[in-house]
Amino acid sequence: MSSSASTTSTGRPARPAGRGRRKRLTFDRVSFFAVFLGVPLVIFLVFVVSPFVQAIYYSLTDWNGFSATMNFVGAGNFVKLFQDDTFLLSLRNSVILGLVVPFVTIVLALALACVVTIGGSGTGAVRGLRRSSLYRVVSFFPYAVPAVVIGIIWAQIYDPSRGILNAVLTSLGFQRAENYPWLGDSRTAMAATIFVIVWSFVGFYMVLFIAGIRGIDPEIFESARLDGASRVRTAWSLVVPLIRDNVQTAYIYLGIASLDSFVYMAAMNPDGGPQNSTLVMSQDLYITAFTKGQFGYATSMGVMLAVVTLVFAALVFIINGVTGGRDKEGRR
Amino acid sequence: MTQTAVTEPTGTPPSAGVKHRGVGDRSLTFDVIAHVLLILWSLLVVLPLLWVFVSSFKTTQEVLGSPLTLPHHLNLNNYATAWNDSGVGPAFINSVIVVGFSLVIVMVLGAMCSYVLARFRFFGNRFIYYLMLAGLTFPVFLAIVPLFSILKNFGLLNTLAGLVVTYVAFALPFTVFFLHAFFKRLPYDVYEAAQVDGAGEWRTFFQVMLPMARPGLASVAIFNFLGLWNQFLLPTVLKPDNSVLTQAMAQFQSQAGYAVDFGALFAAVVITVAPVLVVYIIFQRQLRGSVVAGAVK
Repeated sequence: MSSSASTTSTGRPARPAGRGRRKRLTFDRVSFFAVFLGVPLVIFLVFVVSPFVQAIYYSLTDWNGFSATMNFVGAGNFVKLFQDDTFLLSLRNSVILGLVVPFVTIVLALALACVVTIGGSGTGAVRGLRRSSLYRVVSFFPYAVPAVVIGIIWAQIYDPSRGILNAVLTSLGFQRAENYPWLGDSRTAMAATIFVIVWSFVGFYMVLFIAGIRGIDPEIFESARLDGASRVRTAWSLVVPLIRDNVQTAYIYLGIASLDSFVYMAAMNPDGGPQNSTLVMSQDLYITAFTKGQFGYATSMGVMLAVVTLVFAALVFIINGVTGGRDKEGRR
Repeated sequence: MTQTAVTEPTGTPPSAGVKHRGVGDRSLTFDVIAHVLLILWSLLVVLPLLWVFVSSFKTTQEVLGSPLTLPHHLNLNNYATAWNDSGVGPAFINSVIVVGFSLVIVMVLGAMCSYVLARFRFFGNRFIYYLMLAGLTFPVFLAIVPLFSILKNFGLLNTLAGLVVTYVAFALPFTVFFLHAFFKRLPYDVYEAAQVDGAGEWRTFFQVMLPMARPGLASVAIFNFLGLWNQFLLPTVLKPDNSVLTQAMAQFQSQAGYAVDFGALFAAVVITVAPVLVVYIIFQRQLRGSVVAGAVK
């Protein structure tokens, strides 16, 4: 046991947090720490932490993924990235997704959540809209559907000839919709994709925000009502400030997800769409690594993706801070 | 203003003195708008799924004919084709195996790790915790290329076992993060009592602490199940022979462009979606309860 115990030597001075009584090192305790902390930690270090660390090193080399040797090229890959028109286009598309998707999703989810929670009775306690549980059940459906399948479903809906969207539009009299390729025309490909991603996220965040709003002290709503505040006013001036931490969390999760969006693209426009109009960084990275075999260059794209993600998260924190976030007053 | 009672579909007893500036009338309008909005959104969610379901009974000729018509008769051929010929059947079973093993392992390891981090003080505790948090926020895409070669070096590339290990590793941070908060709230005197009664650390955990954490475990397990079941990127890179359900679906779709068996494609979508959706509808209260637990925490 001595070898495995050494992996958790940090665990030796352990004692229960509450009461500070130091215990003897029995076999029970040593094996307990070795297994409980050691095993998960080793798996985490080998398969999560080490790839991240290695990625940063590989991004500075010209490794092709198969040869034993690689040359250290320093910042060369990053210089190349900024001269690579395809990559810059994918960067631009990813940033568009990262800006539009979280914003639209949160506005929609918040609006629906407010409608559910502060609708309902005009008097008495704010108890929310009646018979609204069915809407919540239904809105949550997309969360139970794999993203790749969501992409497949919508690729069929958008299909120029056998898709239901064009069939409905033409039967309503929009003749221009006949055989219109929503995903195959560079004017609509991105917007159509964004719609699908938003569609898949709104229900989940709606439920999350409903939970947040339910956590607000009902007396606050009561006093707002007594002061004659309208519902829209209540939503905007009370609800939004009080659940802004939930909104911030949602913004960051959505940002990370939409800066990636690999799955949706893989299902709807695997080759980057018309004139690469929906090519995103993750796709460019995937193609560069596993089709072109430029592993070093591809990891430098991964580093850029991580940097963009971190900048995004930092911006969300800064904007929330500047506009007066972290206000916990009124929470139950 | 006397008709306020009518405008209150909630049926709450009208408490006196709260009716200011025509709130009652506005309430009715608001309710109507609210229901219209929610119905519109619900239709937007349900209709695409319904269309897929109906289309899954159509022959390919019917699919190519008109998207709006109903199938002539209820034939299940598409389902047989999808399950047997397209690789969706074996992939479904593979997915069950991989997700099943990963889920059990990650729940056990995650519970053990978060328990130690939440209940014991030792040097490096905070560091490990924050390292896990960092693992939660970094994009998987940064790790994907090195991960490919790590698995290759271990001889785990293109094996289900390799996929299980990776799933466990990447689901671990979320599991630990969520359960950490949960174990932290469990009472300390129960632990003390178990120790006094002579139970070792192992027995205390498995017979006393773990059963108490059951509600938290259920929530995390649900999230992990959905996350792993929907996983696409990791298998695409680490098990490129399309053996997991999400991959088989993507593969099937790209083939369908040539083989043109759209009826079977719709059937495959239903096969993929229906089991999870049915389980969700049965357990929807608990599932949304988990989201709430995560939000309020």
